[in-house]
Amino acid sequence: MAEITLRNIVKQYGDGYPAVNDVSLDIADGEFMILVGPSGCGKSTLLRMIVGLEDITSGDLLIGGQRVNDKAPRDRNLAMVFQNYALYPHLSVFENIAFPLRLRGKEPEDEIQRKVRAAAETLELTEHLDRKPANLSGGQRQRVAMGRAIVRNADAFLFDEPLSNLDAKLRGQMRTEILRLQRRLGTTTVYVTHDQTEAMTLGDRVAVLRKGVLQQVASPRELYEQPVNMFVAGFIGSPPMNFVPALVQDGELVLPFVRFPMSDGLRAAVAERSLVMVGLRPERFEDAALLDAAALQGGVRFRTRVDVIEWLGNEQYAYLPYDVPAGTDRQLQELARELDSERMRNQLVVALDPQSRIGADSDAELWFDPRRMHVFDPASGDNLTLSLAGAGAGVG
Amino acid sequence: MDGRRTSNWWSLWGALVLVWALFPLAWMVSLSFKDPATFRSGSPRFWPESWTWENYRTVFDNSLFTAALRNSFGIALIATVLSVVVAMFAAYAIARLDFPGKNILLSLALAIAMFPQAALVGPLFDMWRGLGIYDTWIGLILPYLTFALPLSIWTMSAFFRQIPWEMEQAAQVDGATPWQAFRKVIVPLAAPGVFTTAILTFFFCWNEFLLASSLTSTDSARTVPAALSFFTGQSQFESPVTAVMAASVVVTIPVVILVLLFQRRIVAGLTAGAVKG
Repeated sequence: MAEITLRNIVKQYGDGYPAVNDVSLDIADGEFMILVGPSGCGKSTLLRMIVGLEDITSGDLLIGGQRVNDKAPRDRNLAMVFQNYALYPHLSVFENIAFPLRLRGKEPEDEIQRKVRAAAETLELTEHLDRKPANLSGGQRQRVAMGRAIVRNADAFLFDEPLSNLDAKLRGQMRTEILRLQRRLGTTTVYVTHDQTEAMTLGDRVAVLRKGVLQQVASPRELYEQPVNMFVAGFIGSPPMNFVPALVQDGELVLPFVRFPMSDGLRAAVAERSLVMVGLRPERFEDAALLDAAALQGGVRFRTRVDVIEWLGNEQYAYLPYDVPAGTDRQLQELARELDSERMRNQLVVALDPQSRIGADSDAELWFDPRRMHVFDPASGDNLTLSLAGAGAGVG
Repeated sequence: MDGRRTSNWWSLWGALVLVWALFPLAWMVSLSFKDPATFRSGSPRFWPESWTWENYRTVFDNSLFTAALRNSFGIALIATVLSVVVAMFAAYAIARLDFPGKNILLSLALAIAMFPQAALVGPLFDMWRGLGIYDTWIGLILPYLTFALPLSIWTMSAFFRQIPWEMEQAAQVDGATPWQAFRKVIVPLAAPGVFTTAILTFFFCWNEFLLASSLTSTDSARTVPAALSFFTGQSQFESPVTAVMAASVVVTIPVVILVLLFQRRIVAGLTAGAVKG
């Protein structure tokens, strides 16, 4: 058990490109920390620097208060689960799990037997102990890899996208399995993923990375409610947050489909800007027809054209095309590219109650609460509404 | 229907090639069992009229041959073991490390493999006499090592490249030193490659004739292929052909046994570099 501290960690490759740039992070003892971001954001590099498979260009890495920058992986006492499991194909499941113990060579044979059987028991691998990894299913291999990690009382577990090779159903099962295991053992865990469901469900805290730079470290709830910038806002949440360019005119916000007066707090936050980006989560919209008068009071209503409806049973998504003011389109394109998504057209995605009777290709009246929207600076992407009580955060 | 006809054609071709390749072998076996005094009869036949072990007796009574057999085994085994050990480390470095001059090293190895050996015989002869290792085991092991290493390095680095690097990293995280990771994870996984390389190297040393005949002069280092060329009959009027054939059969047997035992691995080894790596 140990806390892991990263101080101004930099990883620069031969060509001078910083894959990880000035990352500082405190991972508490027993904490489940997620590193998340689109591919190429440096999250795996960061993990491999912690375990010692990559050299650290500059900065300090402390495990349990000790600087370990120059220690070999075997001296750091960390356990890692690789994306492709990296099981030893020539060894049986038992020997795979026993491998770290045998390398240490300190325990007597019956102690090794006991520990491996205990680990196998925990992971329900007992009946497979004599088999070779090649004869196991993906989920079983995954569990063997985890067995190898838990058998040796490591100071911390490191996971490198451990579930990405499994099919969707198994992924869900293994996710809860990992969570249960971590809660029971209480071992510090760093978990790399690009899947935001894993990030949100597993982590005590989540660190969002973009191009090697740490964007925000916060609990999943805080990331969702109070993203510090457009990147985090767009990365967390599915379907992703809508970004709508809005003009500021006479104390009113002018969106392509509605205009409404700003609150005093919002007016102060926006200050002199004439153009801002408004972030609206799809699930913040409601079908006005389903709300009573009291609920309608606090928000803004608008009529617009619904293009396509996707009905999923537990909810439905409506797609509403709109035109944007000239000059803002390019910025939206750029953001979409960074978030690894293809931005086809300017449209609002709205998650509606499945009871809503709004049909495709028709006009609909929708409602949202402006106190729960986010407003971003169009140039820097910073969230201007972070400091506002009730805006976005707090209410949810 | 069509597939059937194609496979028939393949069988026919296969049979033809088999006959083509086996005919000299069968002839060799047949000659080795013929009577040395009368095998050139007036009416030649393919198979012997009376089968006799006499040639084999002659061969094994001949100290020239038994010494050569001992030399062949010794030199081929030592050269193979050395070559495999050296090639294993070299191939591992080439497969895993990025160092300046890696490509030059690989091309050089290839160049050595392509170098015409005949051009080396003269200089080696002079050098070996100067160094006092002419007509010794070491005098043959050295050049064999030189010519066997390139192929060994190429084959084994192809095998090493197929082993995912994560294996080794996992071992390191599990607490292994680089040497332990190499010995406990990489070598067992590369065992088929090591086997293949060893067998191919052994064949090369076992069959080599040019250097063996030019760099030796007595029984002390002469290997079987060279010794065969010095065979004489029991009298100068008797042709040694049947005895030579018997000796050939004897030296072919270990090769055939090795191939039969490891044929699948050899094929895998020969094609290892072709598809992957």
